[in-house]
Amino acid sequence: MSYFQIPRLSYRVTKVWLRNKDVFMKTLKLNFLPPFLEPLLYLFALGFGLGMFVETIEGVSYARFIAPALVSVTIMYASFFECTYGSYVRMYYQKTFDAIIATPLSIEDVIAGELLWGATRSCINACIMLPVIAAFGLIELPHSLLIIPFSLLGGLVFASIAMCFTAIIPNINSLSYPTTLFITPMFLFSGTFFPLSVLPEPIQYFAFALLPLTHVVNIVRALTFADLNQFLIFDFLWLFIASLIFFVLSINLMKRRLIV
Amino acid sequence: MFIVSIIVAEKLQKSFGKLIAVDGVSFTVEEGEVFGFLGPNGAGKTTAMKMIQCVSPKNAGRLLVFDMEVDTHPREIKKLLGVVPQENNLDPDFTVYENLLAYSRYFDMSRQDAERIIDELLEFVQLEEKKEKMTESLSGGMKRRLVLARALINRPQLLILDEPTVGLDPQARHLMWDKLKSLKLQGVTIVLTTHYLEEAAYLCDRLVVMDHGRILVEGKPDELIRKYIGTDIVEAENEPIVIACLEKNNAMYEVIGDMIQIYTSDPQKTTDYLLKECTLRKITARSATLEDVFLKLTGRKLRE
Ligand SMILES: Nc1ncnc2c1ncn2[C@@H]1O[C@H](COP(=O)(O)OP(=O)(O)OP(=O)(O)O)[C@@H](O)[C@H]1O
Ligand SMILES: [Mg+2]
Repeated sequence: MSYFQIPRLSYRVTKVWLRNKDVFMKTLKLNFLPPFLEPLLYLFALGFGLGMFVETIEGVSYARFIAPALVSVTIMYASFFECTYGSYVRMYYQKTFDAIIATPLSIEDVIAGELLWGATRSCINACIMLPVIAAFGLIELPHSLLIIPFSLLGGLVFASIAMCFTAIIPNINSLSYPTTLFITPMFLFSGTFFPLSVLPEPIQYFAFALLPLTHVVNIVRALTFADLNQFLIFDFLWLFIASLIFFVLSINLMKRRLIV
Repeated sequence: MFIVSIIVAEKLQKSFGKLIAVDGVSFTVEEGEVFGFLGPNGAGKTTAMKMIQCVSPKNAGRLLVFDMEVDTHPREIKKLLGVVPQENNLDPDFTVYENLLAYSRYFDMSRQDAERIIDELLEFVQLEEKKEKMTESLSGGMKRRLVLARALINRPQLLILDEPTVGLDPQARHLMWDKLKSLKLQGVTIVLTTHYLEEAAYLCDRLVVMDHGRILVEGKPDELIRKYIGTDIVEAENEPIVIACLEKNNAMYEVIGDMIQIYTSDPQKTTDYLLKECTLRKITARSATLEDVFLKLTGRKLRE
């Protein structure tokens, strides 16, 4: 079986998305709190605490500098954890996928639905976080509203990469590896809390070439600063192509894992 | 009119690495019948069921369900199927009612149709009272009945039941049997696997006994009993004198530990000569059952 076979999807993808949405809505209040509280914690600790020692960074206050990073990180976390731990539990422990593929849905439909749901989680969290940050006057409007549709693309990239890990890990504990070796370095070295330009050049190239969060941060920061430039096209294309590649790859890897 | 079989399998084969789980089996299932798969643990029953359900691809052979190839028409086939898997896989994030509702959506049913059918099904499996409960709080028997209800949500023409009564108490098992009988009366074709031989004898019109991926025998339960055992079984204690006597009379028997089972269609004659020719302390005669056929064909050794 090829890793890049184009999946044959049907409109039934939406049924899987709906299933996950229904579960999410059942525990809506619980789901609401973390993305609401998280930026507050970071802003107080970093923006107002650490920010005391940072005059300005690239010409703006430290809180303004990290505000887009917080949104980018929540976009990354929401879909990555949804499609690693969340999907793994549904696949392995709850046998939800097995139950669904006994109906007219195919495994391709199921995984694609999971990925779209992961992207939706990113969008939901971005929607909850943006007003909080806006209330502190840290972002420019209306430009920043474009982050909402953009979070779907960003979310899809992380969801698809997450699903690749979910497809190949032997057990749920192994998920700590991609978290520590991939997500945490990205959290720190994607131009999130300090500009990439202070890092040695090879690391800058590395971050540009291989860390999706770098491109998400670039775009989100340009939007919150209302300061667009033509290089963003490159970031956007990078994310778009990555989402296509990993979307297809993750579905094929999952097929290999589940269809025996 | 030309009648098509519901399932046609020809030299169906499936391996997992080196292990051949289903080894060239052929069978047909006709419309409206209850067709059973018996066999020891690891015989390949579940593997066969999964190929019929189009969730596990075959490696070789031919498999038609509703006259459609499983490889090319999985969606069309699955639309007409109801499945009770060996392991319950109810959705623990949902209540009983929501489980059925979510499932109805996978079959493109409208909300109105679904609500009507769900009410009917909950009544059918006697779970109306549990409607709002999360599935974790259900007993094993209730879960099994809910899985049955879920399998019926799309009004399937073919039901695939992999050990439908596993872990059920006698009451729950009899309830399940009643439900399956009434489904059969409604014209639903049923394929089931089971380890309960009296269940197979009671429910199945025809069955196969599988072992090591192969079909050993196929037939109607009572025909199989008559063919492989006779009508009755006489049990006597395992003593040399009894064996000598049986040998002399050309009896068909088997030694099982400290007991001898004699297969016969004339229990009167067998007990007579045993009592006459050798002094016996204990002898019993009983009707032969499907279990006797099963043990005779598959042996008494435990499977790993
Ligand atoms: N996914 C799998 N990967 C590897 N081997 C498998 C897989 N599924 C089944 N097998 C093997 O295939 C053989 C047949 O298994 P199967 O589950 O079909 O048996 P069964 O007749 O349903 O047994 P039981 O009565 O215990 O349910 C067994 O040896 C089993 O170990
Ligand atoms: Mg089985």
